[in-house]
Formats: sequence, structure tokens, C-alpha cells
Amino acid sequence: MSRSSDVARPSDHIETVEEAPEGPNAPKLGVIGTLRFFWRQLTSMKTALFLLLLLAIAAVPGSLVPQRSSDPNGVAQYKLDHPDLFPVVDAVQGFDVYTSVWFSAIYLLLFVSLIGCVLPRTRHHWEALRAKPPRTPARLSRLDHVEVRTTTGSTEELLQAAERILRRGRYRMTRYGDSVSAERGYLRETGNLVFHGSLVGILVAVAVGGSFGYSGQKLVVEGEPFVNYVGGYDSFTRGRLVGDASLDPYRVTLNGLDVKYETQNKNAVGQALDFTAAVTVQQPGQQTGYDTTIKVNHPLDADGTEVFLLGNGYAPRITVRDPDGNAVFSGAVPFLPQDANLTSVGIVKVPDGLPEQVGMIGFLYPTPTTLATGAQSSSFPGLQDPLLSLNVYTGDLGLDSGVPVSVYTLATDSLTQVAGRGTDTPGVDIGIGQTAQLPNGLGSVTLDGVSRYASLEIHHDPTQLWVLLFAVLVLAGLLTSLFVPRRRMWVKVRRGDDGEAIVEYAGLARGDDPALGTAVRELADAHSGPPAERT
Amino acid sequence: MTDTLDGVSTLLLYAAMGVYALAFIAFALDLGRRGAANVASESGAERIARARGAVAARSAGSSSVATIERIDAPAVPGAPRESAALRVALVLTVAGWLLHLGATVLRGIAAGRVPWANMYEFSMTGTLLIMGVFLGLLIRRDLRFIGAIITGLVVLLLGISTVGFRVDVVPLPAALQSYWLVIHVLVAILGTAFFTVGAALSVVQLVQARRESGALSGPFLRLPASIPGSTALENSAYRVIIVGFIFWTFTLIAGAIWAQHAWGRYWGWDTKEVWTFIIWVIFAGYIHARATRGWRGSRSAWLAIVGYGAVLFNFGIVNVFFKGLHAYSGL
Repeated sequence: MSRSSDVARPSDHIETVEEAPEGPNAPKLGVIGTLRFFWRQLTSMKTALFLLLLLAIAAVPGSLVPQRSSDPNGVAQYKLDHPDLFPVVDAVQGFDVYTSVWFSAIYLLLFVSLIGCVLPRTRHHWEALRAKPPRTPARLSRLDHVEVRTTTGSTEELLQAAERILRRGRYRMTRYGDSVSAERGYLRETGNLVFHGSLVGILVAVAVGGSFGYSGQKLVVEGEPFVNYVGGYDSFTRGRLVGDASLDPYRVTLNGLDVKYETQNKNAVGQALDFTAAVTVQQPGQQTGYDTTIKVNHPLDADGTEVFLLGNGYAPRITVRDPDGNAVFSGAVPFLPQDANLTSVGIVKVPDGLPEQVGMIGFLYPTPTTLATGAQSSSFPGLQDPLLSLNVYTGDLGLDSGVPVSVYTLATDSLTQVAGRGTDTPGVDIGIGQTAQLPNGLGSVTLDGVSRYASLEIHHDPTQLWVLLFAVLVLAGLLTSLFVPRRRMWVKVRRGDDGEAIVEYAGLARGDDPALGTAVRELADAHSGPPAERT
Repeated sequence: MTDTLDGVSTLLLYAAMGVYALAFIAFALDLGRRGAANVASESGAERIARARGAVAARSAGSSSVATIERIDAPAVPGAPRESAALRVALVLTVAGWLLHLGATVLRGIAAGRVPWANMYEFSMTGTLLIMGVFLGLLIRRDLRFIGAIITGLVVLLLGISTVGFRVDVVPLPAALQSYWLVIHVLVAILGTAFFTVGAALSVVQLVQARRESGALSGPFLRLPASIPGSTALENSAYRVIIVGFIFWTFTLIAGAIWAQHAWGRYWGWDTKEVWTFIIWVIFAGYIHARATRGWRGSRSAWLAIVGYGAVLFNFGIVNVFFKGLHAYSGL
């Protein structure tokens, strides 16, 4: 087949006519020739295939080793578990596989190869779309799918009838002498190009989204607000082109977090069934807001951002008083859940107001129960007479050194434990509304109540709809490029010895086309009736 | 009530496994019989000629224009008559499938939701659809020669899942309470089912290709007789696998949309996402290999099999042993 009327394919595509290999005495390529040689190699089918398989293999390590992007705690744990291996894996970017130099190199090369292949094909296809179907081959009988029928009628009538049938099959056609040449299925190549082009579109949209998007987390206790500005987040990551002023300072107040637990199904008692965060959203500059809810799978849309409910836990409301009864600490302290029944651990730090600095490690048991070993535990994640048990430490909390200290950890090495397990003094155990004295006359601690908190995640991704659009185009392109048959049909009329009309019908597949034989036969049947006599 | 229905579902599933196992034996007997009949009546060269017969027939004239689908039909004169074992195997497979369908539907009713929310249910529905796709394709083309592979595989998978993945009915975790559970997972299962049939065809294609090249001899030679030639098998495998690939692409996109709703990002290189991506890339490679000179044939068949291996790995290993957000095995 002449390549000029065909789709432009890489030189090693199975439908491209093989060129004679250059002999050992081939002339020197020169600089341009060498570049062209490498370009042709890069855009060849074999290279694309090689890069695809390499990409698949390169993606594997990221599933074996924890990734900083999706599992930062896993990376920290890996460092503890494999102190010798960690620097090696880190040196080859094993914890950032999908942003690593080598992974990026593979997919960027793949995309260069893809673009280098698709661009000339696009130009070629554009020309083919406006060109006439190719000339009728001189000897149709040499094609794979041929039907020959004998019928009556003038040549012109027969050709016109053939054109009518082919037009119904949405063929584009033209006449060459006593034959009709027709082609259909240009959509196959269009779909193929749309598919590949949309993959590039996804890559670009993701890259742009990464530069203009931001995301952050904020832990919000019931009754507290979250305001969307950089300082309002617990953690915040943003694209290179996001300035402080790009955040729209709306306010979301968590009025309540309602959690429903399974109580009937004995196989799943305590399993969380539903989380509903009731919130009030207030736009900047407005006095009143509107009430709405955030649920898992149902984020809140607010000013071009989405607010997700990703986690929950308990925040005991604790008041610490000095020996004179003056409150020196009061507030809700978020505790981190440790198990399915929400046994939670949190830290209370009282740097000022007491005779010494006091730190407390608290254990909250939402539904307390005592195990056979005597240890406290929680038997249900909901609150039923919750118990707060505090281990009390005194000493320098290390808050004055200027180095940031996590609110979720207490450096006990430099402290003296004065109550709780490991000392002679039992831990301070209090229920809701109860007050207990701290040891050594330090003061008292009261559990005013237990609130819930919600972990909110706020995302702004300006290109996510573009990514979705390109993804849909990928699917549409794939469907048409795989299932629309590209085929050529020829109908040729000649006269037999007795003047009867001998009509030849021939089809040629461009790409995978399992139904071509049927299509040729159906064309022949429709045009000259079912064969009277089979030869 | 839930436990009673689930108990009946389990009984039906065991019954289905038993019937499938019998069907597997019947399919295997048929393969053996076909082999024996062909060895008696044909030389190797004749078999190859017959296997390629449809290709030759295409140019033979108007009466026998053959399509790829028709190549699979045992329309060649002198082909052995269908064995009783084959008919029994098919009846047993359909009976087993109906029991399997009953088991799956009852499990869904017991749970009050779609029966594919944990690995046990996914295996149950997945194997149901593997078998369903196989039986559905039989309407259009004769693929009964992979019946032994399909029934054998399904019995194996069901055995593993009832022993290893069986869990009682529990409510859906909040993250799974979405209509995307219906769409995303169902399409993933459908893709898996088509990949399964494609991989089975590719395995037979590889054996057939070796037989055609004369590399196989001895008793093994007798097994794959009277089945289509490797080129026809490859075309069939390709047609099935591209359907699977479309479903897989949709799974990726639907999964990304769901991830955007549930986790706040459409793509995060979660381990399950990574492996779904790897599988997509492997099958994209397969489709490219089919269009690359020197890669059509056995090489691309190997890619299809490697891709299917990755599908099984993604389900059986990644779900259970890898840490990630898709932690819904219920184990």
C-alpha cells in the first residue's frame, strides 16, 4: 500500500512497509542525519513499547517502599526499622519514586516519543481527511476479501447503486473509471490521536494544577472555627505559584460532629457507620453564614476549594487549677486514637502558673473496661462514662528553648514522673465533671467534658476538571480507535464475454478489523442480491 | 435473617464449586479425547494446514469468506464430532454458574448491598463474571477449548477465597458508602473477567505456536489438537483483551473520581492505584506490541499473561499484604 494515502506510522509499525536495511557501506549520517536517526529511534514503536514496559517496572518499587507523598509515617517507621538501608534507599529517591529523577525521565521520554509520533500523524491525518479515497487497485482479486458476482444492468446504474449502499455505510467515495473507491472509519485514527493527545493533556493539566493548587490539613474541635489562610492550617503545601493572597479567607465553624456506630450486628459492633460534620460556612466580608454538612464521600465546596472530612477523634476539655483554685490551663486537647475503640492518647502541657512546669500524658477510654490483666481498655468507640487517666510529670518542658516542639509528644527523659504507672503514686483517673488533686500539692485537674474533633483536609486544584475532561477524552479516543473499523471498499464493474455485468467487491482492512469479510459479503449481497450459485 | 441467608449463600457456593469441578473434569476429558482422535486421523502438517485453513479459505471464493469469528468454528470437514464429555461439561458449567449466581445474589441480599465490598465478595462476584463472560462469549464463538482452564481457575480462586478471605456480613465502612462502589468495582471486575479469558486464550496460543513450530512432541502434542491456529487464537485474545482494557481504563478514571470525593485527591500513588496503573501500562504495552514488527505473536501473548499475573497480584497480594488506602479485605 502506498504510504502517502495511509496513516503515518513509525517505521517499525506492523502496517508500515519494511525498508531495506542499510548495508555496512551506508554513507555516514552526519550530525543532522545522526540526530534524525536518534529521533526516529525515539519515536519508533519498539522504543515506545520499551519505555512503556520500563514505566511499569519503575512504578513497582513505589508500592514496596513507603512513599513520603502517601505514607509519611511509614517512611519514618522504615527509618527506625532499617537504619542501615534507609540512607541507601533515600539516596536513590526510593521514598519519592513518582517524583524521582529516574521515574520522571522515563515518562518524559515516553511522552516525547509519543508527541514525536503523534504530531506527524496528526498532520498526515488532516491531509488524509481532505484527500480522496485511493485509486482502485488494478487486480482486486489479489486482496484478502473479495466477492465476485454476475448481474445485469448498465455500468452506470450499478455504480450508482453501489454508491447509494456505501453512502448508507457512511463511506467517503470517488469514481475511478468503472469503479467506485470508498473508505470509511477515519474516526479510528482520529480517536487514536485524541487518545494520545489527551494523555499529554492530562500530564500538562496535572503539572499546571500542581503549580496553582494547594492543600492543607486542619484539626478542628467542635465549636471551633477554621479560617482559610496560610496561618490557619496545621500543615500546608502549595504549588510554586500560589501566593499568600490566593487563599480566599472564608470561615468554616464545626458546630458538631455526629458519629454513628453499629450496635446490632455482632460481627461489627463498634464499626463506624456514618460521620456527619455540621458546619457553618461564612464568606469573607459577610456577617452571616449558611449551615451545611460534610460527610465522608461528600466534601464541602467552598470558594473554589473542597473541604473533606478525613478523620475524627476525641478532645477532652481539661482545666488545670493552681492550689488557690485559679485556672492556669483550660481547653480542649485533641487526643490521637490508638485503636478501633478509640482509646486515645494526648498530652497536656502546663508551663506556667503552677509551682513547677507540669506535663501530663493522658489516656482517654471512651467506654472504659478493665481487662483480665488489670489494664484499662475501651470496649466501644462511643462515649459511655469515659475515663481520663493521666500520668503526671514535672520538670523543664523544653518550651522555652525556641525550638518548635510537637504538641503530641512529651519528652519524658528530662522530666520527673510524679504519678501514674511506674511510680508509687497512682495515675490521676477522672470521669466527666470530676476533679482530682495533682500529687505534691501542685494543684487540681478537672475533666469538664469530651468534645469530638474533625480532621479537615482542604484542597484547591484549579485544573481537576481539565484532568477529568482529558480522562473522558482518553476513554472516548480509546473506544473509537479500537472499535471503529477503518476499511476501504472497491466496487468494480466489467463486462463478461456475453455482455453480462461482472461486479467485483473487495475490502481492505486498515488495522484490526475482524468483520471485514462479512462487510464485503454484505455489500455484495445488498448490491447484486444473494449469490445464485456458489462457486 | 442475615446469617441464615449468608449460610444458604455459602452452601450454594460450595455446590457451585463442586459442579464446576465436575465440569473441569469433563472439559479435560474432552481435550484428551480430541487429542487422541486427531492424532489418529491427521498428520501434524495436516493439522497445521487445517488450523490455518480459514486463512486459506478466505481467498478460495465467494462462498467461504471467513471472518475471524468464524475461524473458531469447527466447520472444517472431517473435524471430530463434538464429544459427549464436551456437552456434559457445558451443561455442568451452566448449572454451576446458576448456583454461583444464586450464592452471589443471596449474599448481596443478606448484606443489603452490592456483593463486592470485601475480598470474599469480590472473589465471588469476580469469578461469577469470569464464568459469565466465558459463557457469554460462547454464544458468539466457540471457545470451549479453554473451558478446562476457566473452570479450573475459577474453582481454584473460589477455593482460596472461601478458605482465606471468608468474612461475615458487616456494614459498609463510611468510605465505601458511595454509588462509586457499584460503578468502579463492578467495572474493575468486568475488566478482570475479560483479561482472564484473554490470558487463557494467550496461554493456549503459546502452546499452539510451539506445536506449530514443531517444538512440542510427545504426549503434550496431543492436548491442544483440534483447536484454532495460533494466529486465530491471538486475534481472539486481542479482541477480548481490548474490551478488558477499555473497562480497566474506565476503572482507573472512575476510581480517580471516587478518590477525589472520598480522599480529596484523584491520584495519590496509593499501592492499589500504583498496581492498577502498572496493569494499565502493561496492557497498553500489549496493544502496542501487537502493532510492533517482531512483537506480534508469542511475545505479545507473554505480555498478556504477565499483565494478567499483575491483575492477580493486585488482588491477591496487594490487598492483603501491602499497606494502603484500599484496605477493604475485611481480614
